[in-house]
Amino acid sequence: MASETAQPGFWARVQRASVERLHIRLESLLVLVLLSAAMALLSPFFLSLSNFLNILLATSTIGVLAIAATFVIGSGGLDLSLGSVMGLAGVAGAFVAVNLGWPSVFAVIACILAGSIAGYINGQLVTRAFVPAFIVTLGMLGLARGLALVISQGRAIYGLPPEIVYIGQGRPLGIPMPVIIFVLTAIVAHTVLAYTRFGRHTLALGDSEGAARAAGIRVEQHRRIIYTLSGALAGLAGLLFTARVNAGDPTAGINYELTAITAAIIGGTNLFGGRASILGTMIGALIMGVLQNGLTLLAVQSYYQQMAIGAVLILAVFIDQYQVRKKSRV
Amino acid sequence: MTLLSLHKIRKSFGAVDVLHGVDLSVAAGEVVGLVGDNGAGKSTLMKTITGIYRADTGSIEFDGKDILALDPGQRRRLGIEMIYQDLSLAKQQDVASNIFLGREPTKRLLGLFPGFVDKTEMDRQAARMIERLGAHLPSISRSVGSFSGGQQQTVAIARALTFNPKLVIMDEPTAALAVREVQSVLDLIRRLKSEGIAVILISHRLNDVLSVTDRIVVLRHGRADADLVTAKTNMNEVVSRIVGGGDTAAAAAHEQRG
Repeated sequence: MASETAQPGFWARVQRASVERLHIRLESLLVLVLLSAAMALLSPFFLSLSNFLNILLATSTIGVLAIAATFVIGSGGLDLSLGSVMGLAGVAGAFVAVNLGWPSVFAVIACILAGSIAGYINGQLVTRAFVPAFIVTLGMLGLARGLALVISQGRAIYGLPPEIVYIGQGRPLGIPMPVIIFVLTAIVAHTVLAYTRFGRHTLALGDSEGAARAAGIRVEQHRRIIYTLSGALAGLAGLLFTARVNAGDPTAGINYELTAITAAIIGGTNLFGGRASILGTMIGALIMGVLQNGLTLLAVQSYYQQMAIGAVLILAVFIDQYQVRKKSRV
Repeated sequence: MTLLSLHKIRKSFGAVDVLHGVDLSVAAGEVVGLVGDNGAGKSTLMKTITGIYRADTGSIEFDGKDILALDPGQRRRLGIEMIYQDLSLAKQQDVASNIFLGREPTKRLLGLFPGFVDKTEMDRQAARMIERLGAHLPSISRSVGSFSGGQQQTVAIARALTFNPKLVIMDEPTAALAVREVQSVLDLIRRLKSEGIAVILISHRLNDVLSVTDRIVVLRHGRADADLVTAKTNMNEVVSRIVGGGDTAAAAAHEQRG
């Protein structure tokens, strides 16, 4: 075969090294830089520290969801319920803090726990009831949203205690709290996915379930852990969002799974599993953040932003599949 | 000394009975050929040995221990390895990741946090194993899916041999290989035997089976129908036991030429 004898070009070698060492695809970084440069040229407000922090703040909720999406998709699964579970978790936390009047720490626990339970149910149904992940999490999308509306009786829950509000609006050293939590979560998640046995087994599972099973990995148990983890992260995202807007909003997170999955895919996650990196997903999330921020600065209606995200998702998968087809043809 | 002993193994999938009480024993360092027509239950039988399938009834003893209740990971740790016909590789992962899948060496990050994969050690051992097999791969850090069929098989073999197995099951290891690669697989089986490792060889290529095995077990309709000593049998008898009697001289002659 020609491809084995021919020396790969410089660009190909750099690409391979970045994938192997840093677990990112250079194309996504390039897109981020070009997009930022374009926005900087188009808007005088884009290049400033406060706008940079704005982008990070707006990205933090989506970013945490995108981390969840990366784990699930990397393992060969899918979680469409991320946005709804995030909304449910936020309402659960606000309900515990405001309606029950319990201390703030219980509200934080309620957010994470509500998300984890929803994720755990997803995992149980996928691995024990043999319902496809697409259907299970689509069903959970409806269930969690409905439950959020039931708990809150369709209205946002206001009057959160100051400790919770601090999680969303506090700025130690001038850095917004959600950004700090998001970045720390990303660092831990990247380390787990890229450098631990758990992370390697996750990708091997998404690559070939048969190979993982033959290697003695407890496939079903691993999937249940992944879905539970995904739900817990959606719960964290719900906490961040609720704390930032200072209300438990039952409609929070609608369509967020679209943006989160898009961020993961343009970050280099293989839609069918087996290849994923949190660092790549972070670049993907930043691309989405810059895109939305830039379009807002350019006074583009938010309806068009929604369209842009959908188009980017389809384009990213198309480019990825195009490259796979090109490679397999050699 | 008996290494593996199966007694009255039965396995069905829904209404389909695949194994109807199979008895099979393999001694340490013995090479046993397992032959039979398509659908005779060869692969199912092997997967009940590795633990991918749980036998419905019957007993499986390995190295003097009852292993019926153990999962694939636990059976691997006891020394049962299998090289699958489809190789069962994770194709987007690199060589070392495949060889060590499920058994990654770990270290402590910054001397504190346990459970981190020691990639350097993994790569080093993987390279040594590939070298020991006398194989050449373009690069061990490339994803396995970019390799040729023979190279992928080398990785699958390396995975089976890295952790000092006592029994290696090979499912059609020569079916998809070029002539020279077939010889190296047969040489490998002889070498494993000389190191005291037992091998179960599943193959349709009866010439290969007759040339490397000590015994040949014929599986027919989900039963071990015949147990032949390789030195005392011939192509004609094996073929006739596989198809269940009748005049098989022509078929045997065909296999002989093959």
